[in-house]
Order: sequence, then structure tokens, then C-alpha cells
Amino acid sequence: MANLKVNIAGVEFKNPIITASGCFGFGREYEKMYPLEKLGGMSLKGTTYAERLGNPPPRIAETASGMLNSVGLQNPGVKHFIKEELPYLLDKGTVIIANAAGSALEDYRMLAEELDQSAVDMIELNISCPNVKSGGMTFGASCESASEIVREIRKATSKPLMVKLSPNVTDIVSIAQSVEAEGADAVSLINTLVGMRIDIESRRPILHQNTGGLSGPAVFPVALAMVWKVANAVKIPVVGLGGVEKWQDAIEMMLAGATGVQVGTAMFYDPYAPLKIIEGMNEWLDRNGIADVGEIIGQVRPW
Amino acid sequence: MSYIQNVYPIQSRDAIARDVFDYVVACPDIASQSHAGQFVHIRVAGHTLRRPISICEVNREKGTLRLVFEVRGSGTEAMSMLSVGDLMDVMGPLGNGFTLLSPDSRAIVVGGGIGTPPMLETAKHYAENCTAILGFRDAAHVILDEDFDACGCDVRLATDDGSKGHHGFVTDLLRQRLEEGGADIIYACGPKGMLQAVAAIAEEFGVRCEVSLEERMACGIGACLGCATPIRTADGGMTYKHVCKDGPVFDAKEVIF
Repeated sequence: MANLKVNIAGVEFKNPIITASGCFGFGREYEKMYPLEKLGGMSLKGTTYAERLGNPPPRIAETASGMLNSVGLQNPGVKHFIKEELPYLLDKGTVIIANAAGSALEDYRMLAEELDQSAVDMIELNISCPNVKSGGMTFGASCESASEIVREIRKATSKPLMVKLSPNVTDIVSIAQSVEAEGADAVSLINTLVGMRIDIESRRPILHQNTGGLSGPAVFPVALAMVWKVANAVKIPVVGLGGVEKWQDAIEMMLAGATGVQVGTAMFYDPYAPLKIIEGMNEWLDRNGIADVGEIIGQVRPW
Repeated sequence: MSYIQNVYPIQSRDAIARDVFDYVVACPDIASQSHAGQFVHIRVAGHTLRRPISICEVNREKGTLRLVFEVRGSGTEAMSMLSVGDLMDVMGPLGNGFTLLSPDSRAIVVGGGIGTPPMLETAKHYAENCTAILGFRDAAHVILDEDFDACGCDVRLATDDGSKGHHGFVTDLLRQRLEEGGADIIYACGPKGMLQAVAAIAEEFGVRCEVSLEERMACGIGACLGCATPIRTADGGMTYKHVCKDGPVFDAKEVIF
């Protein structure tokens, strides 16, 4: 049994596998299938300062090897989260990451102040949601706006801060460097890619919001390339996500430079995917005589 | 309550109407927890999303579930290729079923097209105290009428083209039935327009009504919040509830059609 522990932004994870935000609610549902303590961590449903109803349905469309969603950050608001959801999660024996989202700088700041006073282990700052009309992804779209928001949030909290980046940008590397310069402790990437499907009979987009975020195995190679480029350009830890469905994918992510790996869409078809990935990763390390998973981080041998 | 996901052998497979398939799957652990109106989530090879399929019949003694579905796209088409002995990846039981009153209550089940299968287990509960009003496009698409007959229900059929039963809508038959005598509860599953019309008639006659809704769905257990449906709140406002976890069965009065 290899050592699977990793340290991301000063937080120790018992293994590198984290459930991705938006795919795991606040953990209660999947706990009906397995104990949450098996997970390295959980990035919880994107939470905003005030409650959000989310977008009108349909919010889901299937694509080749993937899916689109336009949930639109439906969530009960941070105060409800801290009072009703967080206490339940604290003794689960896994790292609790709050995913913080917003539509204006002021919302993000108030949200960060609330989370700073809470018992969450880490904040994942979501500046990459493609499904809200204002804010969200627009903050993550340029170096200037990404820097500005991270600077403000950094002032509002001393919690470990991981910034979740959007792939819908010209140069994700320079944005990663900008947030690093403003004091981000880690980056996670990628959020979903903007996509669309149309019902040819009704001529209506399948999603009520017309476009949505593409996730699933289809995006894995895109995510992997971005993780590799970013990991080579920043000193802070990188958490890789996007289409990870099997243990081999997680190892690829770590070889590309990820310290942690998030699993999202795969859980919709295989709810046990995170556990199978942890197990498969452990066996692969043993087979290869690697004593510590940390030894493979960034160890791809590029041509 | 727990959610179960595993692969289970298919015991039987029948094509019961054009594009409609009838499977019996041996999944005793899921069957032992399943109730009328709940659904299971089926993984389909080559597809990212599972397909939510309503439970048609539960046989706890034999440990089986009966699933009747229509081929609507590539996913359900791939499901329909599974043969006896093949393994089906089933997750369930999911969602909240219908509220069942005491079996001597007077119940009406209304099924429209492929909305018919989830009504059968409910109808069995009330047997001869149940009126089953079933509507289809035409005679070739009629399914399960003999099954409803066999459980003792008063079966009333409607087809859009009049090729079998009443020429017209299930709502004509529902109104007729309610004019003949009262009922304690109405259950309905089918196209949204039908559900809206059934809900309006139920309200007019002052009869409690539950409807089973459908929405594009991902996780099936309430984690992803994909399958939102607009619901009326107590103060007259609107919120989104989720078909997979809060439903698929809702009180017709709270649904915003």
C-alpha cells in the first residue's frame, strides 16, 4: 500500500481524489452509497452569498462522451450552507472545500468573509461558471479581472484559497500566473467548456439557456493539456479536473503535474468512480514499486 | 434508505408494441425496497447519462422488477438491444413513489402513452376499486391493458384516432368517470399537457391528485440539481424542485405546468 497522502495549500488529503463541485451536492446523496471518509476531499456545490434558484429547465443535455449542464448555481446561500449543511459534514473524515461563486465583487467578498469564519478546510473560488448571466466566468476571463477578485478575496480570508479556472480563455497559463501573484494558494482546472446542442425538430436549443458547460470524458485531453501547461508555469499546487473517469486518467493528471484530481461527471454513470480510482491508483503504484503518490507528480517525460 | 447500484441479469424481454419493450430484471435487493411510482436509473453502454425508467411492477417474492419503456433515442435504443441473460446496470430505487391510501379507497389511474407503465403497480394496490383510464395514439400503441384487466380494474381505453376504445382523450373518460361517482384519489403520468388537464379536472371535482413528472436528468439522486421543475410555494411564489429526489411524484396542486 503506497502512501496516497498529498498536501495541497497546507491541507493534508488522505488521497488525491476529490469530488468535483456541482456533481456531489453537499455529500448527503452519495453518502447513501458509501462512506464519505474514503474520499480525499469534497468540493461542495457552488455557493453564493444569497440563495439562487438556478436556471429554468431543461438544464441537462447529453453529448458524445459527455454532457452539457446549465444548472446556474442553484444553491441555498452561504448562511444556510454554514448553518444547515456544514455541521453535518465536519465529522465525515474528509477535507471539506467550499466552492464560492458570485455575480459581483461585493457578493464574493461578503461570501468569503462568511466562509472565513466557518469551519471549512479550504475555499475553491469559482470564477469560471459559464451558466450565470453576470459574474461567474467573466471574472475568470481576463488577467485583470481575475487578479482583482483574488486580491479582494485574499484580503477577506486567511483560509487556504484555491482558484478554479475557466478553459474558455485565450491563455489559461497567464491567468493562473495572475492569481498566483495575488496570493492564491492553489489552482484547480478546468471548469466546463461552453457548448450547445439543438433539437432539430423543434429547432430549439436543448438547454433553456441555449448554451451550457461541457463536461465528461470528451474534455479530458483538453483538461490534461491545460493542467500540464499551467503546472509548468506556476509554483502553487494544481488540482486537475475535467473528464476524469478512471484511475489511469487520474495518474495521467498527476504525471502532467496535478497534486490532486477531481472527479465529477463520471459519478453520474458510475457513482463509485472516485473509490475505484483511488483503488486502481493504489494498485498501480504498488505494481510499479512507487512508495508515495507524490513521486509521480509532474513526472511526465515530454518529447 | 440506501441507493443500490449493480448489474443484474435480464430474465425476460418482450416487444409489446411498436418501439415499446418489456423487461423483467432479477434485482432482489432493489426490488425489496421498491414502491409504486419510483424509478430506476439504467446505465447504457456508450452514453454518459443513465436513463431514468419508471418501475412498472415489483415482485418482492421473485425479487424482480418489470420495466416497460419506449425507444425514444439512441440510449433507449441501445437498452432495447439487451437480451435475456445479459446484465443490466441498474441503480435504484430512486425518487418518491405515489401515496397509497387504504386498498378499499376509490382510485383512478390515468396513463398517457408511455406514462402508462408506472400506473400498473399502483392499480394493483386498489384492484377492483381502481378505474384505469389509458390513452394511446392508436390501437397499435396500446400497451398493458390486459395487465390492468387482470388485476381487476375497470379499464377504459382512449385512442387519438378511435382505432380502439373511446375516440378522443383520456380527459373525456376521466370527466365521465367522475360524473358517474366520486373518487378518493387520482394518479396520472403522461405528457405535460395531459397532466395539466387531469389536474384541472381533479381540482374541479375536488379530488386529490398526484402526477408523475419527467425531466432531463443526470445523477438521479439529487446531487447535480439538473432535473429542475417549477413548483408553487406556499406563499404563491415559485421555486425549483428536482424530479429525481423530490419527485417524480408531486401533488398536482403544487406543480406549475
